[in-house]
Amino acid sequence: MLVLARRINERIIIGDNIYVSVVDIKGDQVKLGIDAPAQIKVYRQEVYDAIQEENRKAARSQGTLPAFDSLFEKGGKDRADSPETEKHNT
Amino acid sequence: MRIRSKPFGEIDIDERQRIFFPFGILGFEHLKEYALMDASQPPFFWLQSLDVPDIAFILIDPHVFRPDYEVKVVPSDLSDIAVQSNDELIVFSIVTVPDDHRLMTANLQGPVLINRDKRLGRQSISLDPRWQVRHFIVEELASIKG
Repeated sequence: MLVLARRINERIIIGDNIYVSVVDIKGDQVKLGIDAPAQIKVYRQEVYDAIQEENRKAARSQGTLPAFDSLFEKGGKDRADSPETEKHNT
Repeated sequence: MRIRSKPFGEIDIDERQRIFFPFGILGFEHLKEYALMDASQPPFFWLQSLDVPDIAFILIDPHVFRPDYEVKVVPSDLSDIAVQSNDELIVFSIVTVPDDHRLMTANLQGPVLINRDKRLGRQSISLDPRWQVRHFIVEELASIKG
């Protein structure tokens, strides 16, 4: 990994048109300004990680689904105990 | 074509139900072929992997419980699946269903975009900070119903 030391307001250039500048430093937090063309995607790594993790959890959901309306019955047990292949008549 | 699916076991699907995800789904980048199927329980859908029968995602149209939902993503995410007009775009959220179904959540931050005509799909990342990874569907629907 390339490691560069920068001060506030100093920039680095990635490729021909991506600029990263150090806007502010407070304690252990660094504020970066990123100037990049619209087609370049810039996300916080945590956002990516959170979506990946949620997808893994979603994929572990059971193969059964509740009847949507039953979800709103107060105190009622939802009717999701039978497999998807058995159609509910609600 | 006959496939093996998580919710229904072996089932026949129409060619038109097949959706190709050139970049996979985040965390499942290696799986690119899916089938979009109606669930027995509307308004849910299943996005079934054609490579691994045990991998299937539950989808919902986010507008069912968030009529104010708007897709705001980088333009290249739309061009990746050849979307030129909104007419060909369908938007879903992936649903996570815990043991207590009433606590099911939908991921509005990582919408699944599908070009219905070209049958191409992509999971995108919303640029709108209102949309989070976990929205409680039952609670939010109850709040709009008053």
